[in-house]
Amino acid sequence: MKPLQEQDLTKALVDLIQRASCDLPDDIVNKLAEARSLEKEGSSARSVLDTILQNIKLARKLSRPICQDTGLPSFYISYPSEISPEKIKACIENALIIATDKGYLRPNAVNPLSGKNSGNNLGEGIPSLEFNEWKRQAIKIKCLLKGGGSENVSAQYSLPNTKLNASRDLKGVEACVIDAVMNAQGKGCAPGIIGVGIGGDRISGYETAKKQLFRPLDDQNKNPELNDLEQRLYSKLNKLGIGPMGLGGKTTVMGVKIGIAHRIPASYFVSIAYMCWACRRQEMIFDLSDK
Amino acid sequence: MSVKRLTLPLTEKDVNSLQVGDKVLLSGVMVTGRDAAHKWLVEGYRIEVKDILKNGAIYHCGPIMLKKGDRWKCLAAGPTTSIREEPYLSEVMKNYGVRCVIGKGGMGEKTAEALQKYCGVYLFAVGGAAVVYAETVESVEKVFKLNDFGVPEAMWVLKVKDFPAVVSMDSHGGSLHEKIETQSKDSYKKII
Repeated sequence: MKPLQEQDLTKALVDLIQRASCDLPDDIVNKLAEARSLEKEGSSARSVLDTILQNIKLARKLSRPICQDTGLPSFYISYPSEISPEKIKACIENALIIATDKGYLRPNAVNPLSGKNSGNNLGEGIPSLEFNEWKRQAIKIKCLLKGGGSENVSAQYSLPNTKLNASRDLKGVEACVIDAVMNAQGKGCAPGIIGVGIGGDRISGYETAKKQLFRPLDDQNKNPELNDLEQRLYSKLNKLGIGPMGLGGKTTVMGVKIGIAHRIPASYFVSIAYMCWACRRQEMIFDLSDK
Repeated sequence: MSVKRLTLPLTEKDVNSLQVGDKVLLSGVMVTGRDAAHKWLVEGYRIEVKDILKNGAIYHCGPIMLKKGDRWKCLAAGPTTSIREEPYLSEVMKNYGVRCVIGKGGMGEKTAEALQKYCGVYLFAVGGAAVVYAETVESVEKVFKLNDFGVPEAMWVLKVKDFPAVVSMDSHGGSLHEKIETQSKDSYKKII
């Protein structure tokens, strides 16, 4: 295996952040175009989707951030045992500084006590990093930029829930997801993608939900029961009529993706990670093999 | 539907001519302001921004700006969620005479009342469409509170041309957001 050239990794990471911020994945763009074709000429929904599609094109052409809220940068890293995660972390931090300087990211790290913005997207708990060792001679890094609008409407429920008449079963899960999307209305920048985590604790539940957002929109859940639930929820949520940006319309969500985490007997959480239409997810492989 | 062209600052007549659903193209000078700015505006009367706010527009936006030499360039400037400013906005309208609020997601009852009382309008911009709006910025005229608030929260004075938006809350009590929310609640009852 080749030794890690930190400068090269940093450069590749800046490219990854640029792609994530400025270039939306094709499956999302295609789905937005499909949503546009379903709406009547002259309707608010159609005009909102026209603006969204025009924006995606412009951002790609000018290499500018699709949305000014580039969120809290999250990275999921798979690395071989020979490479130190600390070194990778340092490269990610450098890449964030460079990407912020170049205007691919908005400086988004604010100290909650002083209100000061660090100016470079570094701070306590920022960026969010998850490391997993793997057997390949390469580093895989997935990047997700999720803005505050959609993060603010994300939600977590503890079942049973009297108000929603929701028990500890998939019907209960369904009630939670529909409630969260109802409460979000247009505020999470619909049409959204709904990541759901069933089970876990308060932290792993949200993590499970958030990780679902990396699944392509046409991805089928391997678990038939969850696959059915995803499709059922997709169809029900799109009957709510909230529509693009909450101005009414046929497409309220572009996808529902559900994962599970084992829970303890006392807890049953349903965690919902609402992702805006600008689902800025990208990944890269940094090859280290000798070949 | 026809598109109405408006030039900032707005007159009472301009505002009253607008109705929910109208498409507008806004030109002139507007100022960005979000969470920190609204709190600051109501905690005291801020003389430095009074002229820019009088009959003017507040844009709920935390842009991405890049400094080139001694000039700022606006790279990305879509709207942020307006409802967070609900506790402050009616007072901002009352104290500074703001006539136009631009953002996403709409606002609550308190603001709806203020729009009627002080003759104002809420314009809806498409969340996430940051480049489309940044391209309407002709120049960055000035910035207030940059050091204290940081780039996203500072009050940026932007000269725009043909900034596209839709009237979603008007000075006559109309609200598109309220209408859709009520409709979706009816649909909710059917599917649950």
